[in-house]
Amino acid sequence: MSKFGKKKKGMPGVNTAALPDIVFMLLFFFMVTTTMRETELKIQTPKLPSATEIKKLERKSLVSTIYVGKAKTAKEGKGDKIQLNDKIATAEDVPAFILNERIQVSDVEVPFMTVSIKADKESSVGTISDIKLKLRDVNALKLSLSTQKGNDIKK
Amino acid sequence: MARRENPEINAGSMADIAFLLLIFFLVTTTMDVDSGISKKLSEKPPKDYVPPIIKEKNIFEVNINGNNELLVENEAMKLQDLKAAAIKFIDNGGGEGKVENGVSTGPCTYCKGDKSPDSSDHPNKAIISVQTNRTTKYETYVQVQNELLKAYTELRNRLSMERYGMSFSALEDAYSNDKGNDELKNKVEDIKIAYPQIISDAEPTSN
Repeated sequence: MSKFGKKKKGMPGVNTAALPDIVFMLLFFFMVTTTMRETELKIQTPKLPSATEIKKLERKSLVSTIYVGKAKTAKEGKGDKIQLNDKIATAEDVPAFILNERIQVSDVEVPFMTVSIKADKESSVGTISDIKLKLRDVNALKLSLSTQKGNDIKK
Repeated sequence: MARRENPEINAGSMADIAFLLLIFFLVTTTMDVDSGISKKLSEKPPKDYVPPIIKEKNIFEVNINGNNELLVENEAMKLQDLKAAAIKFIDNGGGEGKVENGVSTGPCTYCKGDKSPDSSDHPNKAIISVQTNRTTKYETYVQVQNELLKAYTELRNRLSMERYGMSFSALEDAYSNDKGNDELKNKVEDIKIAYPQIISDAEPTSN
């Protein structure tokens, strides 16, 4: 009976020596792919509208983003607010913002610069149109209306 | 007598530390790529610019009012019917195409529309004009743009299937993966010229 008596009680422990390695591998993956949000939003985070016919924006360094949405607190007033860089501005400030963005890239790349408008779906077309007119004044004609990838509308 | 061997560092909590960092990066990571509807704004017209006279039948008027309701060619319409109406208009092919550099493009040979004399002459003459109100919701505006783009995509895909046996989206993907390929480039250009996207945004009305 000695053969059977040797049988151990309970499960043998799983070797966890390689666990830190696996975790580190995952850690490095996320560290490399992380992009920190570089601008702090002064407005409510825009809820983007959804669409299906969308194109990906390439060359992140050539994209300037304009945020449009509601103010965070009621005392800043109602209506759509425009955020350029890290402060709330008006449509009048858009040309200066674009010109400033242009300085940061080489002349050759200026025609490829794109303006991405991240606007809340509740904002009004009038605000967007004001921005568009200002963009046209400084000849920044490539525009992307930022949207989520959505589903087809229900029939 | 001092102990000869080095005491080993306890590495048991290493995994915990790594997990902590891992969770931090997991939470802060934003994986989404910025994407959106791309538009090209028209250049600012010179002061003494006289807009060319365009025949009424070559303009497809989409009107969105302040209550986000659609008026298409003076008829109220639901958003889901917009694509079909736009396709019908673009693909009509009722007449001659525009004259470019003295060369006439002639009638549209690939159009499958009704060839009605009251609708657009040729896809390259067909203009879609989107008129909005200042108080229109941005969401509605984007949805309308999306539906109109869908109409173009569908027509382009159809033509591309007929000519090259693959959809236009597949063709574009293939081209973007192989930028130096002139054959693919010509194909993409060919389809784009056949169905150019002409969507014009009129300045919003205010009231």
